[in-house]
Amino acid sequence: MSSIPYTSSRQRLINISCFIIWVICAFIQTALLWWFGVDINLALNDSLISATLTSLCCYVIANALNHYLPRRKGYFYIVIWGLVLAAISVSLDRWILQYIIHDQNYLSQIDLSLPLRFFVNALLIAWIAMINILWNIQQEHKENEQRKADAERLAREAELYNLRQQLQPHFLFNSLNSIIALIGRKPEEARNMTFQLSDFLRGTLRKDDQQLIALKDELEHLQLYLSIEKVRFGHRLETQVTYDEACLTKTLPAMIMQPLVENAIKYGLYDTTEKVTIGVACTCNNHMLEIQIENPYDSQSNKPRRGTGFGLRGVQRRLFLLFGRTDLLETHATTHIFTSIIKIPQL
Amino acid sequence: MIKTVLIDDEPLARSMVAEYLESYPQITVVAECNDGFEGAKAIMQYQPDLIFLDIQMPKINGFEMLEIIDRQPAVIFTTAFDDHAIRAFEQHAVDYLLKPISKTRFDQAVTKFLDTRGLAADRENTRKLIDDVSHTGGKLERVVVKTGTKIKIIPTASIIYLEADDDYVKIHTDEGTFMKNKTMASFEEQLDPLQFVRVHRSFLVKIDHIIRLEPHEKDSHIAVLSDGKKVSVSKNGYARLKQLLGM
Repeated sequence: MSSIPYTSSRQRLINISCFIIWVICAFIQTALLWWFGVDINLALNDSLISATLTSLCCYVIANALNHYLPRRKGYFYIVIWGLVLAAISVSLDRWILQYIIHDQNYLSQIDLSLPLRFFVNALLIAWIAMINILWNIQQEHKENEQRKADAERLAREAELYNLRQQLQPHFLFNSLNSIIALIGRKPEEARNMTFQLSDFLRGTLRKDDQQLIALKDELEHLQLYLSIEKVRFGHRLETQVTYDEACLTKTLPAMIMQPLVENAIKYGLYDTTEKVTIGVACTCNNHMLEIQIENPYDSQSNKPRRGTGFGLRGVQRRLFLLFGRTDLLETHATTHIFTSIIKIPQL
Repeated sequence: MIKTVLIDDEPLARSMVAEYLESYPQITVVAECNDGFEGAKAIMQYQPDLIFLDIQMPKINGFEMLEIIDRQPAVIFTTAFDDHAIRAFEQHAVDYLLKPISKTRFDQAVTKFLDTRGLAADRENTRKLIDDVSHTGGKLERVVVKTGTKIKIIPTASIIYLEADDDYVKIHTDEGTFMKNKTMASFEEQLDPLQFVRVHRSFLVKIDHIIRLEPHEKDSHIAVLSDGKKVSVSKNGYARLKQLLGM
């Protein structure tokens, strides 16, 4: 069972087709009765009422199917519904006609034609039901295709974004530039930085989004990143990483802190010209690991914060997908300090 | 002697350029700067012929720094990764170096500078580039101005109205009035058209600050602003206002 989205264009189509059925039924029945030699007034009364009832039944079944698409087993019920509706329309027709037509002779003629009327109505209703079902199936197929295409597009975009995040071209090229600058005068440092950069990149590429890793490993990876950034901005970048020993074995999704620390460094460094201290503090209890990341920032400079949104949203989305909660990421801003806090439930 | 200033927030990146420059005895590095503020100061102080300029820097970026200096030297941009800026460089034929910078590519850029030094066309290209990059990146969110020797960053949210004044535009804000060497037309183009309306040839006003409109002479009006100032509204300006406010 599935509900089909209600569309007004669809509703209009049902209205129009039921109206057409009404007109055609009335017209054909009148013409036939007149041709059989029935008085034109009698013929008109009879056909208008039966056509109205028939098209009402068509309307009912079309609307029912508009909101409810039966599965294979359900087709049987559609047949029963069609027969029941046909029976109802014919009986109602007969019941109303006895108050409108007083010619007893004609009424008994109607009684004779009741099976035929029932048969015609049942066919009409079945036909309408069939068209609706076909249409629903086609519609659903189209929607499925659309959904599939959307999902694929989203997956592709996410993958591209992830790749790009992993490569971090700005960070990578600047680091390479620093290494080249170091090679001439401080080859030892250049060598060190190359190792750190390759360890960092390896760690980034190896990690699977779904994987939970120990805080100890994540902090080591973060340390690589921070030491590279310190070579680049050593003259004004300070970092302060604190943690309880007990927390080191707690687990968290791989690379979940990375975007937040990157943001902290980026905005810390680009919002001010002074020395910058980035703070990372990890605390925990039995059920929860909490990581707090702080950076100074300037609420006055009102810089367009490109990227922050996406970085934070990405973290939020991952936390939601992994833990099904939306309250695991918080951010606070005072005039000088921007803080983000992530909470990782310990399962 | 050719004077040059290196502006980059990474000391190692500057030392790299300085090292490459050692093979050009005619070029002397007169200053190394960590950010755009220092850069602007050094340029005013030393009047260099050439600068090496990073784009992503603290507080104000390389383009914004160029906007506030009076006498513009030749510029070679250095950047690690910025699609948007690189497209602009190519479009305006302005020289740039991608990090990591190779000596070969560096030599090309410096040779080109030495050959074409002093050509007005190059400077013109850079000017156009600055105008262009400052507004293809979305709506203007802040304006960087110089007041005396100080540099001030004005968020567009604090602007009340802009007034044309010869070659300058007076920016009236909550905190006072600042001058910027730029045209009204470029401001009109770069500011959010749903917030700022050119009510007159000489006035670009933030809609939220208009308190009321009074009829003036035939065909013209006067707008009273939240800070008590009155500005003229031309016939066209009135039509634009009416359209925007849905009157």
